[in-house]
Amino acid sequence: MAGVRAVGILSRFATSKYSRLSGHGHRSLSMSSSLLARTYANYEIKDGVAVIRINDPNSKVNTLSKPLQAEMTEILEEIWGNSAVKGAVLISSKPGSFIAGADLNMIQACKSAEEVTTLSQEGQKMFDKIEKSPIPIVAAINGSCLGGGLEFAIACQYRLATKSKKTVLGTPEVMLGLLPGAGGTQRLPKMLGIPAAFDMMLTGRNIRPDKAKKMGLVHQLVDPLGPGLKSPEEATIQYLETVAIEAAKNLANKKLSVKKEKGLVQKLQDMVMGLPFVRKQIYNMVTKKVMGQTKGLYPAPLKIIECVQTGIEKGTTAGSLAESVNFGNLAMTSESLALRGLYHGQVACKKNNFGSPARDVKNLAVLGAGLMGAGIAQVTVDKSVRTILKDTTVEGLTRGQQQVYKGLNDKTKKKAITSFQRDTTMSFLTGQLDYRGFDQADMVIEAVFEDLNVKHKVIKEVEAVIPPHCIFATNTSALPIKEIAAASKRPEKVIGMHYFSPVDKMQLLEIITTDKTSKDTTASAVAVGLKQGKIIIVVGDGPGFYTTRCLAAMLAEAVRVLQEGVGPKKLDALTKGLGFPVGGAALADEVGIDVAAHVAEDLGKALGSRFGGGNVEVLKTMVQKGYKGRKSGKGCYVYEKKSKDKKVNPGVEEILKAYQLKPAPSVSGDEDVQYRLLSRFVNESVLCLQEGILPDPVQGDIGAVFGLGFPPCLGGPFRFVDSFGADKLVQKMHRYEEVYGNQFSPCQLLLDHAKDSNKRFHK
Amino acid sequence: RFVFRMFVMTKTKKTLAKPNVKNIVLVDGVRTPFLLSGTSYSDLMPHDLGRGALQGLLNRTGVPKEIVDHIIYGIVIQEVKTSNVAREAALGAGFSDKTPAHTVTMACISSNQAMTSAVGLIAAGQCDVVVAGGVEFMSDVPIRHSRKMRKTMLSLNKAKTLGQRLSLLGSIRMGHLMPELPAVAEFSTAESMGHSADRLAAAFGVTRVEQDEYALRSHRLAKKAQDEGLLSDIISFQVPGKNIISADNGIRPTSMEQMGKLKPAFVKPHGTVTAANSSFLTDGASAVLIMSEEKALALGYKPKAYLRDFVYVSQDPKDQLLLGPTYATPKVLEKSGLTMEDIDVFEFHEAFAGQIVANLKAMDSDWFAQNCMGRKSKVGVPPMEKFNTWGGSLSLGHPFAATGCRLVTTVAHRLQKEGGQYGVVAACAAGGQVFLTCRLLIHAVYAVTAIRLSSACL
Repeated sequence: MAGVRAVGILSRFATSKYSRLSGHGHRSLSMSSSLLARTYANYEIKDGVAVIRINDPNSKVNTLSKPLQAEMTEILEEIWGNSAVKGAVLISSKPGSFIAGADLNMIQACKSAEEVTTLSQEGQKMFDKIEKSPIPIVAAINGSCLGGGLEFAIACQYRLATKSKKTVLGTPEVMLGLLPGAGGTQRLPKMLGIPAAFDMMLTGRNIRPDKAKKMGLVHQLVDPLGPGLKSPEEATIQYLETVAIEAAKNLANKKLSVKKEKGLVQKLQDMVMGLPFVRKQIYNMVTKKVMGQTKGLYPAPLKIIECVQTGIEKGTTAGSLAESVNFGNLAMTSESLALRGLYHGQVACKKNNFGSPARDVKNLAVLGAGLMGAGIAQVTVDKSVRTILKDTTVEGLTRGQQQVYKGLNDKTKKKAITSFQRDTTMSFLTGQLDYRGFDQADMVIEAVFEDLNVKHKVIKEVEAVIPPHCIFATNTSALPIKEIAAASKRPEKVIGMHYFSPVDKMQLLEIITTDKTSKDTTASAVAVGLKQGKIIIVVGDGPGFYTTRCLAAMLAEAVRVLQEGVGPKKLDALTKGLGFPVGGAALADEVGIDVAAHVAEDLGKALGSRFGGGNVEVLKTMVQKGYKGRKSGKGCYVYEKKSKDKKVNPGVEEILKAYQLKPAPSVSGDEDVQYRLLSRFVNESVLCLQEGILPDPVQGDIGAVFGLGFPPCLGGPFRFVDSFGADKLVQKMHRYEEVYGNQFSPCQLLLDHAKDSNKRFHK
Repeated sequence: RFVFRMFVMTKTKKTLAKPNVKNIVLVDGVRTPFLLSGTSYSDLMPHDLGRGALQGLLNRTGVPKEIVDHIIYGIVIQEVKTSNVAREAALGAGFSDKTPAHTVTMACISSNQAMTSAVGLIAAGQCDVVVAGGVEFMSDVPIRHSRKMRKTMLSLNKAKTLGQRLSLLGSIRMGHLMPELPAVAEFSTAESMGHSADRLAAAFGVTRVEQDEYALRSHRLAKKAQDEGLLSDIISFQVPGKNIISADNGIRPTSMEQMGKLKPAFVKPHGTVTAANSSFLTDGASAVLIMSEEKALALGYKPKAYLRDFVYVSQDPKDQLLLGPTYATPKVLEKSGLTMEDIDVFEFHEAFAGQIVANLKAMDSDWFAQNCMGRKSKVGVPPMEKFNTWGGSLSLGHPFAATGCRLVTTVAHRLQKEGGQYGVVAACAAGGQVFLTCRLLIHAVYAVTAIRLSSACL
């Protein structure tokens, strides 16, 4: 179960921060000339207030597209030309979405940076007009208000937001390698102060309504309503509209003022920020921090700082120009392309392509209350699915239940849920040592010890007590599913579900089907995974499936690099320099040296010398000496509580000396070491596609980034081959092949791509 | 929520008597005057008020102490010194020390729970004569030391040496001194009652004007009832060492203009619930005498009403907290085989004007009936000329656990006065302006009880 257990920490990127910036749905550019029947936005005048309602007919969310902007401009001109209109309200008719962002396809369609810059400037112009509107415009926000949607809202004179769970505000552009390109970098610092604006734009984090009010991002909050004379969603939108109209009227007749008395702290902060050298300090500090975190691999954050700085120091005109030009340039970078690709991939991997399962999984059982088992139980009860957590010992069970409780309690402490919700969620969990209640189970997920005999024993025990329709899912990181299924009486109901640890943080779920697994079983497993909030890739069966196999290839190279005298610290610096969130040595410690040894040996046996490189004995010796990684306190590093600075384990240095290899100078420069690590990973990925383990490059990229922490700025192994050039990669690999042999032999598919530069994994 | 129904039996109408179930009657009911918290009762304790109501019941009914089988009392905010307030109040009121007493709590329908528990005891043949009632005393509520401080103080008790004690004392920080107030919010949803009422009003499109108008109606009707001497359930209460109190002091009919000036109390700035259209924090106690019909007649009483059916229902505590009457009323009517038209007297607890108007709109809505209640069509609205015509909690006051008995006694008195036969009482189990309950039910709970006025007393 533990193969890639701790890879979790790899994937800082993989939090769902940017999941809502929406950009799907192709839009026709043909515009209706009729003023009355607009497609994307309409308005009516209520009591002297123009209520503008946005509703994209082709999508679940509203996006800031060209046709919407065109209609909006028309409407605004009409309203401004109508002296009877004293104020306006901007509201969405969709329950879960105000405006979820700019239409990404609009950017995708652009051929040059200049074109994108023009797009940005059009947006800036429109929002400038709104900011200077002669009548007050109130943005009434319910649902996602992100990216371009937020920039629209902050150009308005007043903002109201519902406290609905679906209401989030934010500028997630940075997660897509972009910047807020429609005035955001200019308005936010003035509105929130420089530090808060930086925090918001550089992290791209979602801001909940309460926080938004506190920050000054919105002026007033409105509670969502329950059922009344209409459904809660309709009632809430109508209530929001009523309150917004009232606010617009009050703003128009000066009963309500936007200017707020500044508190002492605010005044003090403004005074300090008035000092040029303080501001300079801040720019420097923020730049340093960004460089530390991104290693300079991501250009967008630096450009955001630049735009803010230009706007503040040289005025808004210069700032806006910098914003639009940088926006255009960023849109053309390979980083932005990679991140946008991941965004689309992630959306694609949140769908069930296997249809709806014949039965809903209402009762789930998890075998083994270890880290993985308890984690799986946690994400399941979190969605109100009744879950049995079974272990063989009271100690194991107690630890597992405590883990679930702690996971939920941490959420309570962060105020994401109330203590009451925590308790109700906990009530869905039953911990037990026997098979009671398994006759009601719709799915059993086993997360027991990674040993074929144990798994066979378990599958037989379980099949004796579960009902015929129940699915048996096995959470393994390397054992082939068909070997596990060999012990089953009903192999069509057996499937692999490879979770990543920590389960509640890691978004990826790798589902593995054998040739006997039925389509309904797969559909059901995907449905459960989606319910658990996972991004899902569905891959074929084989040793190490997809993710473990790629990682094992890279780790084998990492061990060789260590044997060649590159210290663990240097190795980590090199891998992080590529954009991996965790270095190779630290990663091995997190995964567990014993697990790594186990996987390396198994895969080596199954897949042959291609998985050679480092000597497995290095890992085995480490395990013998008790250096099992972080969990045992010692691995490549020594782990002490409280000590921030990790020290290299001297015992490991000795072992490495004993297994020392002589580096080949021609391929041992820093860059070559990096490409040796990367190319083995990438080659293995491409081979998985070639062999049919992977159904398509999209899932390959998503799996590598969200499961293994493959550098997001590269967009995944396939995106990397496309942007780096298969021919260049093959050239490098041939050089390494000469020294090390077949571990670096490029696979056929990679060679095909190298030969024909028109061949690309992503169109 | 809690709804009680009462009937008058005439020869043409059904008696609603059930085969093999004893007829249970309300002999009489009394209450202390309801006062705004912090006024004349402010130096008392909860059991003092309870004592007043119980003593008043003894005096008014002349019931021999030794025949009372059991006493049940309700309270919401408990005084820690008198956790079984029923027993303390009963002993102080001169009941026999051989009569067992217990305390119940169910938020704003605590005394409804006391009464229906009594009905249960009698119906089960365990008792013949039961006193039920409730008290609430908001002039003083338990404010506690912080959990940290309490922990330190408890450890101090166990400390053996001076050194241990000093080190414990030394561990006290400023944060320890922060007192803990009774929660103003529902435990499960962290939302205050007023806030919930405001959202409810908005969900049903209840305007500020509608709420103010309803509140004004309540005050005017209460004033009229007071002036005409209809509030005969009130017994005078002698505040020890002070004057005698004999009338409610929260009835204040003003004008729409005056009420319109108030700012929203909970949802700011766009809310509609204000101090003037909400019930206020109140001190008060009530009590009723319940018997089996046989026993009452044997003792020579002329009972005021039969207590028939009751229903408790519960809903989602977030969005439907205050909608109990809508859910419960049709249920109890169906149980008794009656329709809305059969009912002569409606007494609904008025937590907030917005809540009452929202309930009336919900009862008038097919959408609500179909989508939230699983009914084919709307419940139907009680006619206003039969509805809370002697004022309600908005004007008379709402001592949480005392309101239930007031409602039931009022229905009996109104049926007598107006010559009706059937009455219904409904209440929501969480009302009150700033709701200070520290123990709320997980779900809002509602109850309906049907009471039929006995012909014997007419």
